[in-house]
Amino acid sequence: MRWLMQLRMRIQMLFQRGQAGAQLDEELRFHLDQQIAENLAAGMSAEEARFAALRAFGNPALLREQARAAWSWTGLELLWRDVWYGVRTLKRSPGFAAIAILVMALGIGANVAMFTVVRSVLLKPLPFQDPDRLVRVFEHTNDGEFSFNIVPGGVYSEWKKQSRSFTDLALIGEAEFNLSGAGGQLPEFAHGANCTWNLFSTLGVKPALGRDFTAADDQPSANGTVLLSWGLWKRRFGGDPAILNQTIHLNRQSYTVIGIMPAWFAYPDASTQLWTPVYYDKPASVMRSLQDHEFPVIGRLGPGVTAEQGRAELSVIVRRLHDQHRNQALIGKAAEVRPLLEDIVGGIKQPLYVLLTATGCVLLIACLNVANLLVARAAARRKELAIRAALGGGRLRLLRERLMESFLLSTAGGALGLLLAYGAVQWLVHTRHDLSRVEAVHVDGVVALFTVGLIVLCALFAGLIASWTARDKRLLASLQDSARSSSSSQAHTGLRRALLAAEVGLTVVLLVAAGLLLKSYARLRSSDMGCATQNVLTMRLALFGGRYGEPAQLVNFYTALLTRVRALPGVEAAGFVQAVPGQGYWGDNGFIITEHPPLPQGQAQFAIFRYADPDYFAAMRIPLLRGRSFDPGQKLGLAREVVVSKSFADTYFPGEDPLGKHMRGGMGGVYTIVGVVGDIRYAVSEDPKPMQYYPLLEGLGLENNGTLVIRSGHDVEQLALPVQRIVQELDHDLPVSDVLTMDQLLGKSTVDASFDATLLTGFAALSLLLAGVGLFGVLSYIVAQRTSEIGIRMALGAQREQVLRMMLLDGLRPALFGLAFGLVISVGVARLIRSMLYGTQPLDPTVFAAVAATLLLVAALACMVPAWRASRLDPMKALRTE
Amino acid sequence: MHGWAIAKRIQQLSSEVLQVQQGSLYPALHRLEQQGWIEAKWAESETGRQAKFYSLTAAGRGQLEKETANWNRLSAAIDLIVTEA
Repeated sequence: MRWLMQLRMRIQMLFQRGQAGAQLDEELRFHLDQQIAENLAAGMSAEEARFAALRAFGNPALLREQARAAWSWTGLELLWRDVWYGVRTLKRSPGFAAIAILVMALGIGANVAMFTVVRSVLLKPLPFQDPDRLVRVFEHTNDGEFSFNIVPGGVYSEWKKQSRSFTDLALIGEAEFNLSGAGGQLPEFAHGANCTWNLFSTLGVKPALGRDFTAADDQPSANGTVLLSWGLWKRRFGGDPAILNQTIHLNRQSYTVIGIMPAWFAYPDASTQLWTPVYYDKPASVMRSLQDHEFPVIGRLGPGVTAEQGRAELSVIVRRLHDQHRNQALIGKAAEVRPLLEDIVGGIKQPLYVLLTATGCVLLIACLNVANLLVARAAARRKELAIRAALGGGRLRLLRERLMESFLLSTAGGALGLLLAYGAVQWLVHTRHDLSRVEAVHVDGVVALFTVGLIVLCALFAGLIASWTARDKRLLASLQDSARSSSSSQAHTGLRRALLAAEVGLTVVLLVAAGLLLKSYARLRSSDMGCATQNVLTMRLALFGGRYGEPAQLVNFYTALLTRVRALPGVEAAGFVQAVPGQGYWGDNGFIITEHPPLPQGQAQFAIFRYADPDYFAAMRIPLLRGRSFDPGQKLGLAREVVVSKSFADTYFPGEDPLGKHMRGGMGGVYTIVGVVGDIRYAVSEDPKPMQYYPLLEGLGLENNGTLVIRSGHDVEQLALPVQRIVQELDHDLPVSDVLTMDQLLGKSTVDASFDATLLTGFAALSLLLAGVGLFGVLSYIVAQRTSEIGIRMALGAQREQVLRMMLLDGLRPALFGLAFGLVISVGVARLIRSMLYGTQPLDPTVFAAVAATLLLVAALACMVPAWRASRLDPMKALRTE
Repeated sequence: MHGWAIAKRIQQLSSEVLQVQQGSLYPALHRLEQQGWIEAKWAESETGRQAKFYSLTAAGRGQLEKETANWNRLSAAIDLIVTEA
């Protein structure tokens, strides 16, 4: 029963504290009155009795405190009192509170947002069954050319047949689909994937609706089957389960919808909208090839098998294939394996960690700034604190109060920061669809906990630095310290100067990193693509199905399309190519130069392969350096001509004239080299590579997809609709995708670099602002402290310029220290981010010089105002200030 | 019994040897109350004023016996040491 009474007591003490306090007062008063009554009875006079009783009673306030200390919840009560005290102190200077909270909110918000992204993308395991057993498998050429190469279909099937280390191996390739419209819908272009039937069972994922693929679905003789992504099902089919077992048309062939994948499922990436069986879709020749590097492969390691053992076994198998087929020079010699998670997010790991570190620096600077503000307040309240300490205020008590202030600031900042972070994460998820695993980014409980941790850390950091200065043992000195002893404040500003130097140093590091990334981005955007990028419109087409089964049908379509597009008013030139500069590598092809001696066995030469129409080079303004383009009069089997790029000619015809030489291509047939064109970049950040261009109008039957390019004198975007209309008139069931100007296309491919550079520049600018505000604050404070000293100096004949110079140097000294220290650290940091740079040296002198100049300028501006104010002081007034 | 009477009583019983200061008495009483060993209620005192009267609870009685036994053992031991030495 005792616990019941204790509980009742506790509840009573929690909710009826005021009443309990009144009762305690009453109880003590009763005691006092009893004592007085006794004294009176002993014969004292009324007044004497009262004084004697009070003397015996002691300090009533202390007594009350002691009795209350026995109550439960006392800790809570004290905490509450400190909170109130803190709130009241902050309310008295709302400007300070608002700035400090905002600074903290920005610092904490940026960190929480970056932490959310890093945790969701890099740290969380993949949402598959036993994700640590999943690996991506590559072929390795053993000569350093391709260490992580995709895998030919034939090699995959040998691996699957012979391997014992893997529970399962699955193959998955990108695929493009024209999704035909039904019931008045427009046709649509969809990114999808061709996969072996066991892909989902290897990952350990089941469709949300319907069934998975079976082995029977995954062969050329099966009926077409397709799994839809949740997003496509909701958007295009209204989320109606009746779509199951219905037929849809992909690339003009029928596929039965057998299932819908769960909403969270996104593999190989978030743009994948449907999956079809690869052995059904792809020609048997491709699936058997040992040289045609086509497909990514993933595997699930068997129980107890290490990744290294798996790699060794697959290496042996592919090496044996290589040795058995000496005449096929492109078979790999080894295998390579890496964890699936690393494969998916490996590319964005460093940029994300760099950004997280940058936000960490911003938070550190924010804390230093808030600490600096708190120190200034503590210094202004030194006398008050000294008096309270003299009157018996416990050191711990005073420390608690100081910490409470910084706790309140960082809690408010943290709450605001969490909101900011939430907004930032939402924004990121909406703007960066292309980021790997962006679909997994969510603010959750762990993030909230991280925020709380960050708040506590910031509060302790800022609070303890501030209290460190308030810890003044020489009470008496503080009390005696008057404005006349004007140099005393010097010692107190030492710590603030050190903090400022640290702040400036961190800012310099951020500025240098941001400067290097910005310069890289500028280099990237200004890198010469080797072709026209202004007023060029591109759009992708893919021709599938019976209407384009014959080479002549394809050639007719392209001819009709280009003729009609060129006839549009405003079109200066138009062409068609497999892929324009900046659209990627696409594919390469082996070749033999018939005039050259045969290559030794086991060796092969290959170069990037493109097919293009005769006017493509003129349309893209790719300079024709020698010879001519394809003969537009020669079509179908007659067009046996090839155009090569300058680097191709330099590499394979050193000191020779390539014109008139002959090449035997991968698909047979001998081609005459008729022209040499300028180099282009297949990707913005890659140097030009040798290229071979084959005639589109030859009609090999392979040219079923590519990019239409249209150049105009101005406002090329206006041509997008008329051109799309022409496509619709030629084939109403042919979707057009990726309608982009060259500028947009290149911008899209540099979005990563622009994103990293923009964010880092934002963080650096924020730090610069904070450091500037910090310098301004400290110097203003020093000027205020030294007003009377300055007055004396001026009264004794110091010139205003001298005062200005003295104060300016005083303020700039920490900035100079910080700058020197920051530049040294930056050298190391720049080396660490070397792999993120493009065309920029880590120790780029212009970036370093620009950073130093910017920082000095901001520091000088921040110091100029207080220094100028000091030099304008009226000596008489200054001397009168107390 | 109210606080004042408790103090007086201790003083009388110990023949004026033990004088409990208010600074110890009230915190002690409040602590015992929080622990549930004594309970308090407000009632009219002999002078007609409202006063806080304390009384032992059942749990308090048990605790008292335990503490008394403890004390007896301890004081007997000290007694032995003092007289033997």
